[in-house]
Amino acid sequence: MATLDCNVAGIGFQNPIVMASGTFGFGREYASYYDINQLGGICSKGLTLHPRTGNSGTRIRETAGGIMNSVGLENPGIDAFLAEEMPFWETIVPVKIVNLGGSRIEEYVLGALQITADAIERRQAHLHGVDMIELNISCPNVREGGMAFGIKTEIAREVIREVRQATSLPLAVKLSPQAENIVEMALMCEREGADCISLVNTFSGMLIDIHKRRSAFANSYAGLSGPAIKPLALRMVHQVARQVRIPVMGMGGITSAADIIEFIMAGAEVVQVGTYNFMNLRAGEELLSDLQDFMQQQNLSSLDEIRGIIR
Amino acid sequence: MHKILSNEHISGGIYRMTVTGVFHEAGMGQFYMLRAWRHAPVLSRPISVHNIEEDRIQFLYHTVGEGTRLLAKLQAGDAIGLEGPFGTGFPQVQGRIALIGGGIGIAPLLYAARQLKQPDIYLGFREQAYLTEAFEPYANELTVQVGGSILDGLHLRRYDYAFVCGPLGMMKEAARMAKGITTKLYVSLEKRMACGIGACYACTVMNKNGNRKACTDGPVFMAEEVDWHGDLGL
Repeated sequence: MATLDCNVAGIGFQNPIVMASGTFGFGREYASYYDINQLGGICSKGLTLHPRTGNSGTRIRETAGGIMNSVGLENPGIDAFLAEEMPFWETIVPVKIVNLGGSRIEEYVLGALQITADAIERRQAHLHGVDMIELNISCPNVREGGMAFGIKTEIAREVIREVRQATSLPLAVKLSPQAENIVEMALMCEREGADCISLVNTFSGMLIDIHKRRSAFANSYAGLSGPAIKPLALRMVHQVARQVRIPVMGMGGITSAADIIEFIMAGAEVVQVGTYNFMNLRAGEELLSDLQDFMQQQNLSSLDEIRGIIR
Repeated sequence: MHKILSNEHISGGIYRMTVTGVFHEAGMGQFYMLRAWRHAPVLSRPISVHNIEEDRIQFLYHTVGEGTRLLAKLQAGDAIGLEGPFGTGFPQVQGRIALIGGGIGIAPLLYAARQLKQPDIYLGFREQAYLTEAFEPYANELTVQVGGSILDGLHLRRYDYAFVCGPLGMMKEAARMAKGITTKLYVSLEKRMACGIGACYACTVMNKNGNRKACTDGPVFMAEEVDWHGDLGL
């Protein structure tokens, strides 16, 4: 049987299917519906140093081929995550990735320090802790910070440099498609010592309630995800993957094994699945089985045979 | 996937879908995520349990958008995906109980009426009453009103418990009426949902003690815990 093994910064993934931040809770929520230990990895809901209540008003709407969300990083905070979710995370097989958000550089740094200290402590106690941090400089739904760090390369450099110094854990940086120059941004992340580039976060979009004559979202704009963004995301993954040497986690609108193969062919090491979790409660299980079928049909023994073959 | 037995037009934009299967694990006030399409619309539709029999479940729904309009087009024999039951529904209580429904808000109250002991049932409609006869066998007293507010002239303090589902304005008014009296009032709120299982934080309800999720903590909440001044829109 074909191997689906992947590797990011020395961490082995049993397959390339990673559940994207914000769409999979802390994994526990989905564990009653299928065996989540089949997954390659799980990204936590975006966490911040302190709890956040998120945005008011409408948080989700549908649009052609996609959804728009304005959750605004609602999360219980890192303390509560470590106390309430880590006992479950200790027991699971997939690579465990904390998505770390923030409004200020110090907030990112303190968050990274806390997660790293916890991971080291657990490792010393021979327990499974957090494997990797995914730095979120790309959330479009918070007024301060978030995506503001992810637009200009020079501003992003500061936060990445500081967080890189604060953690010995493998560090992925999740890029915004709103970045002024996504390739330049990715190259900078690599130079600053990031171990992986994850892209893309949601596209900043707009929806107007024509009856109320105002934006459907209290925050004016919201993040677009789902099948609608797949061609755009795929192009960006392709552009970045051929320029950087570090691995890329590719995502944007994946709803089938064929979509996963496209991202791998564009150069992604692993992929993330987001919105599809809302379309299919057992998305991970189905995608994995379809991916295995594809490997068999195509007579492939490893994803390396097709990774990045689109020049 | 489950098989649709029937999908009847009831009144105006109201439809009732009957689906085969054994659904005894569902409680009153809980919901299922319904899906009969692959990609479009992206999300499934959360619909409350209207009734459950030995080998079938019923959903009563109002066509308001793309998803419910697609549901209304389905016919006997068609397949539909159901995930659930999800959410925290109405509590199993004893005492003097009022069930108060407004419009499509009557949907979860039929199954609730069957689980409770002869509640008084109040059903209000804007233009035309429907399905009220289905409630009769389970009601101690059934009051039906078309036009105006079903809450007018309702003596809430006569009851130990009241379960309300209807338009937001009606639930707000009921919550106001329940202030300062001993009646425990429960409301079933409606929010747009994505995952249905508490993972996405899209269906947040502002509660006096912080945010709650309509899909797991609710959709049924104690009225006194809801922050009625907060944003409770869809």
